[in-house]
Amino acid sequence: MFNVISTIAGIVFGFGLALSGMLSPGKVVGFLDITGNWDPSLAFVMGGGVAVTVVTFHFLLKRPHPLFGDRFHLPTASDIDRRLIVGAALFGVGWAIGGLCPGPAISSIAYASPKIAVFVVAMVAGILIAKKAFPASNS
Amino acid sequence: MENFTPYLSLAGGLILGVSATIMLAGGRIAGVSGIIGGLIPPSVPEKKWRLLFLLGLIGGAALFPLMGSDIAYININPYGLTDELHYAALIVGGLLVGLGTSIGSGCTSGHGICGLGRLSTRALTATLTFMAVAVVTVFVIRLATGA
Repeated sequence: MFNVISTIAGIVFGFGLALSGMLSPGKVVGFLDITGNWDPSLAFVMGGGVAVTVVTFHFLLKRPHPLFGDRFHLPTASDIDRRLIVGAALFGVGWAIGGLCPGPAISSIAYASPKIAVFVVAMVAGILIAKKAFPASNS
Repeated sequence: MENFTPYLSLAGGLILGVSATIMLAGGRIAGVSGIIGGLIPPSVPEKKWRLLFLLGLIGGAALFPLMGSDIAYININPYGLTDELHYAALIVGGLLVGLGTSIGSGCTSGHGICGLGRLSTRALTATLTFMAVAVVTVFVIRLATGA
């Protein structure tokens, strides 16, 4: 059952990313370049996404169980620790350098570019290194 | 501001919110870095839905040009680097994105769209951090490359 849900959600997500402009590193860098030729478009992506989730999540999470499934699988950590800050900062540097975050990187495989393949392989290597060298204590 | 696309970006963002809602209706968070991470050793037992979600991402992006939309807007090399330098940048960028999202437990989707939707202080902190650091990094790269 959840396989069907995640397939549909993945397709919807990939299409949304393509429509939003997030698949273009130029668009991402234009958004981050606030002192240059700033393109604020991507603020509308996160704004639109959160505008939906803040409402739907509120109602979904009020229920004892998900609509489809036996329990919620939610992050359990709640403290703001060094891992969170350091990880987010490293991600920010990488996002700015490549212009791609994980969702757009995977989605862009659709357009069969060797440059995307290189980025995805490097990203997977980064996750592998992080899991080996800096394993989270609670996972 | 000549490339400003508020309506398309807003529509795309709303669709991302719908996708995250579908996932949470099934009990899970649509966090792409976490979904990839579960497939990488030491991996988690439930791999199939993760793989299907990622294949769905590729399928959804493939649908976009099939439905007649133009993907010519995609500029993969925003700093106008030489091919050699650009490959180096993609390797360094990819490594840092993988490392950072794994250590920091999330990316633009998990912390950004889903975490903010749950009103999580952790997600807000992570989102503000990666946004601020990315803005500064772009500023530094612009200075260094003169682009």
